[in-house]
Amino acid sequence: MVKHRALPGFGLTLGYTLTYVGLLVLIPLSTIFFKTATMSWDRFWAVVLDPRAVAAYRLTLFASLTAALINAVFGLLLAWVLERYPFPGRRLVDGLVDLPFALPTSVGGLALTAVFAKTGWLGRYLEAAGIKVAFTPLGIIIALTFIGLPFVVRTIQPVLQDLDAELEEAAATLGAGRLQTFRRVILPALVPPVLTGFALAFARAIGEYGSVVFISGNMPMKTEIATLLIVTRLEQFDYAGATAIAVVMLAVSFALLLVINLLQWWSVKRSAA
Amino acid sequence: MSQETILRSAQVTDARFARSDPPVARWLLIALALLFVGVFLVLPLVAVFAAGLAKGVGAYWAAISDPDAWSAIKLTLLAAAIAVPLNTVFGVAAAWAVTKFDFRGKQLLITLIDLPFAVSPVISGLIFVLLFGSRGIFGPWLIAHSIRILFALPGIILATTFVTFPFVARTLIPLMQAQGMEEEEAAMVLGANGWQIFRRVTLPNIKWGLLYGIILCNARAMGEFGAVSVVSGHIRGLTNTMSLHVEILYNEYQFAGAFAVASLLVLLALVTLVVKCVAEWQQQRLMTVVDEPADEEGT
Repeated sequence: MVKHRALPGFGLTLGYTLTYVGLLVLIPLSTIFFKTATMSWDRFWAVVLDPRAVAAYRLTLFASLTAALINAVFGLLLAWVLERYPFPGRRLVDGLVDLPFALPTSVGGLALTAVFAKTGWLGRYLEAAGIKVAFTPLGIIIALTFIGLPFVVRTIQPVLQDLDAELEEAAATLGAGRLQTFRRVILPALVPPVLTGFALAFARAIGEYGSVVFISGNMPMKTEIATLLIVTRLEQFDYAGATAIAVVMLAVSFALLLVINLLQWWSVKRSAA
Repeated sequence: MSQETILRSAQVTDARFARSDPPVARWLLIALALLFVGVFLVLPLVAVFAAGLAKGVGAYWAAISDPDAWSAIKLTLLAAAIAVPLNTVFGVAAAWAVTKFDFRGKQLLITLIDLPFAVSPVISGLIFVLLFGSRGIFGPWLIAHSIRILFALPGIILATTFVTFPFVARTLIPLMQAQGMEEEEAAMVLGANGWQIFRRVTLPNIKWGLLYGIILCNARAMGEFGAVSVVSGHIRGLTNTMSLHVEILYNEYQFAGAFAVASLLVLLALVTLVVKCVAEWQQQRLMTVVDEPADEEGT
């Protein structure tokens, strides 16, 4: 038995990591809180609860939640089809799922605008049917669905792969129909990854900017999302106003990060049990 | 044939087909999934090329070879050429520290490394405005020494580095955790030094995973929009990256030009996806090859 000795490089790599994280992440991020601290309490609340800001949060939350829900449903469908049904072109589709990760968000937004605008390939038919997509909240939901899709699919896929075939076989031998097996055996195992994917897509959607600005039209009180309001305040050199809204959004993001970690922990615990 | 055997063979068939769904349901679900992928992923991709070529190949070429487009392409490449290597070195160092040693606060460190993913791109840009903007913390000092960070190259590089910060570390940490460190320890017992261990033992085991992390980091670095948009100042020919150039052209109603430049970024994304798939596949193959000798030992 070899005596356990520590590998070299601990001080060097950890020291480098801490310095880099500190300089590039911690110090810059902390400025948000320093900047907020220079505002008076009343001023902070006045900016944060300004009607235009409240309308922006409401729209951001509503559109992000809807998009995450759409992704939870269609992400589950896609993951299921990709894992269970062999069909020609399956690997190609599987690779394409990551497109929103690889495509610059602005190009994604531009591309969706080209498809869904009044004169676009699908937009013209939707317009004829009385459905307006571009420059409405619906357009924002479509953009956020696009960027959130891979999160749900990629969280569910590994769980589906690891799902024990014997469980389903046992259910079938015991006389359960296919739908019953899905509802009573498979679906319960998929609840944690679907929730995790939903939360990841939701968290991503809340902070999204690039893909939304092209399709949303950016009208204050109507189609202005919170990140856009931050940019608008910055362009007016209202640093404090931008920062106050950023603090609200950071608080939401960090709360979601906590929820996601708890979900992942729950998911691991359940699959281990 | 007794009733019992019939029953049993029926059960066996049931078990074998337990995981196969009725063909009608199968094809319906496949069709629905493909429809969703078609509308949300394929159609937008094709639309970019169609809109870019709407005014002919000549106009497409003119938009791409325009001097402003060229300077945007060069700036994008330069920012990525600085940010990606920085984050690669960091990612390897962080993964080594986190996976090869036990120390207090490790989980906190991993969370901190993940942090830039949880922060909105716009806020990632905002923090550098608060630091280096004219009314920022270092603003007056920078102006007094006539150093430009915001609305100039350094700001763009900082913002790009911030948003692409976790990619390599995020890919390597689970990979190196799964691989353990028996091989590294064996090399150390045989007298290898740290650098030799890394280059000859660790690196060959993680090379495809590393490539995977680098290529995703690069795609984000070249495509970043929100953070760079906040810090760049949109100065044509000077601080415009490709995705910002696309936005400017679009806002000026030069649609064909905007989509032409955007199509270059689509090509970048497609190349990224191909390299990513190959790297993923190779790394999986490598992991099974690495696992095999251990299995033989057991038998």
